[in-house]
Amino acid sequence: MRYGLLLDTTRCIGCGACTAACKEQNGLPLDVEDRTTAYTWTTVQSRGGANVRRMCMHCLSPTCVSVCPVGAMRKTPEGPVVYDAERCIGCRYCVQACPFNVPKYQWDRAVPVVGKCVMCAARLQKGQATACASVCPTGATLFGERDAMVAEARRRLGAEPRRYVDHIYGLAEAGGTSVLMISSVPFAELGLPTNLPNEPLPGLTWNVLSRVPDIVLLGGTLLYGIYWITKRRELVRRLEGPGAQAELDPGGDGGDA
Amino acid sequence: MTSVPIPSVRPFRPGFWHAVLVLLVIALAGVTLVRFTRGLGASTNLSDAFPWGLWIGFDILCGVGLAAGAFTVMATVHLFHLRRFEPIVRPTVLTGFLGYLFVVCALMFDLGQPWRIWHAMVFWNEHSVMFEVAWCVMLYTTVLSLEFAPIVFERLRLVRVRNLLRTVNTPLVILGVLLSTLHQSSLGTLYLIVPEKLHPLWYSPWLPLEFYLSAIGAGIGMIIFESHLSGRAFGRELEIGLLEPLARVMVVVLAFYGVLRLDLLWHARVLGTIFRPAYESRMFLVEFGLGVLVPVGLLSWSRIRHSATGLVVGGTSAVLGFVMHRLNVSITGLERASGTHYVPSWMELTVSLGLVALGFAAFALAVRYLPIFPEPVRAHGHGRTADPLAACSAGVEP
Repeated sequence: MRYGLLLDTTRCIGCGACTAACKEQNGLPLDVEDRTTAYTWTTVQSRGGANVRRMCMHCLSPTCVSVCPVGAMRKTPEGPVVYDAERCIGCRYCVQACPFNVPKYQWDRAVPVVGKCVMCAARLQKGQATACASVCPTGATLFGERDAMVAEARRRLGAEPRRYVDHIYGLAEAGGTSVLMISSVPFAELGLPTNLPNEPLPGLTWNVLSRVPDIVLLGGTLLYGIYWITKRRELVRRLEGPGAQAELDPGGDGGDA
Repeated sequence: MTSVPIPSVRPFRPGFWHAVLVLLVIALAGVTLVRFTRGLGASTNLSDAFPWGLWIGFDILCGVGLAAGAFTVMATVHLFHLRRFEPIVRPTVLTGFLGYLFVVCALMFDLGQPWRIWHAMVFWNEHSVMFEVAWCVMLYTTVLSLEFAPIVFERLRLVRVRNLLRTVNTPLVILGVLLSTLHQSSLGTLYLIVPEKLHPLWYSPWLPLEFYLSAIGAGIGMIIFESHLSGRAFGRELEIGLLEPLARVMVVVLAFYGVLRLDLLWHARVLGTIFRPAYESRMFLVEFGLGVLVPVGLLSWSRIRHSATGLVVGGTSAVLGFVMHRLNVSITGLERASGTHYVPSWMELTVSLGLVALGFAAFALAVRYLPIFPEPVRAHGHGRTADPLAACSAGVEP
């Protein structure tokens, strides 16, 4: 949870240095793409007159981590949400479920994996900033402790209230994200989802999943109870009822439940 | 049982459907090659904006749902002791077993790296619905194969092995009902995590219950549909005496499900939108009409329930409406949020149709060579042994 990024669209000049640095850092093909793909983990788009970076938001309670059946996604204590390609089976639930539509798939490969920004987790462990932040010439991408990024965002909003929309995107969205964004253009116009709840999404499925043991225990007891009662009833009916002899199974499947 | 009934093998006559099957299987083989050498992009219309398509929406969601007849009937006969439904146990378990095999096969196409499917057994994430789904698929397929195995052992005259399996029948059936309950509902739970993406006509916090109830309803519809098909193929009358009470249960389940759907839409304040001239509204009306209104409306009438045509129309409509619901949840309801319009590629269609065709073929073969419609012992010496299927309907009488 410690580290985070602050993205400020008002300072972004759209030079694309972040994209180039990201590709070099992560060994991705250098072709320039206008949207994020499994091979382009961050890119700068022009929306509503502003330049906006597309990248993983690194949620504090990540949906992708919760939905992955094999635990290939993991939130590290430093902040990055990292991906273990060796575990991934390719169900693409993360692609489907991510509220920010971040994980992308290698649709063109016979042995495909997911691609997404991992916030340069390896660099962070060495005490370095992310590649994108280290090359940003204008301070539009700032790296530091998340608390410091929140404070800096508040400072910028307070210092120039007319310049910014009065909102820090990522402070509360989907339970909060490690990457924060401030902008002069409304966030909906930047193409960011603005209909997200402020609670972490994984709670929605955990509410149900956490009841699985109860369903098994209670359901099992109930079903066996019904079996026990109706079996006895059937036995009584066979022994007492009219035509009892005809009902008896000549095969003698006594052990048959 | 001293003698094991073996269906008489009728001479094989190639026909139209055999040609369709052969063509589909050849096409399936070609598409399989493309899928596994060139990837999902070359074979499907899936994309980052629309990562789940026909194989999830139809093959997985509908395949699992339409296999729900198996656990319903197993519970009815073996847990509730309503023995008169015994004759439909085997065809229904066969349908369920083949349904799950269909799902597993389709999963091999849809997963990016299907050879890693065992990872779900080693790397656990109990917070993932997909993890629950994976375990349910594995365990319930095992249960279904154990419920199906006695039929095979009977055919192989391994009566002792069959009887051994019967000693664990009760825990097996209870396990099957529990796993089915979890599996059917969990397919709805999958979509709980996309409240901002799934259209409000389909998103609801009660999706797991909706999936569970509709699967039970459609599972019964499938029993009627499948009885009709095998009846037609083998020149048999529909077992109205058995299907009529099942249809009554279906009416109750679907009516409850229908009222629940409308009630939840009302609470979500979107009930008024179902008549809007929007794509989603039209799809909802077709789904709700086929899946709830037609079967409940028709089969509430005793006279319609007692007619073969009425049963088949009502049951088939329930199945079609169910398929529509699953496709609406997995495709229609997600299109607007994705900003794309997804139409499956011909290769996706080929895989789905090819696997369905193989399922039908497997069903026909099983019925031909296995005691699926078992000849009741009482029918011995009645001159019915030549046609075990006729003997089956003879066993309907209490």
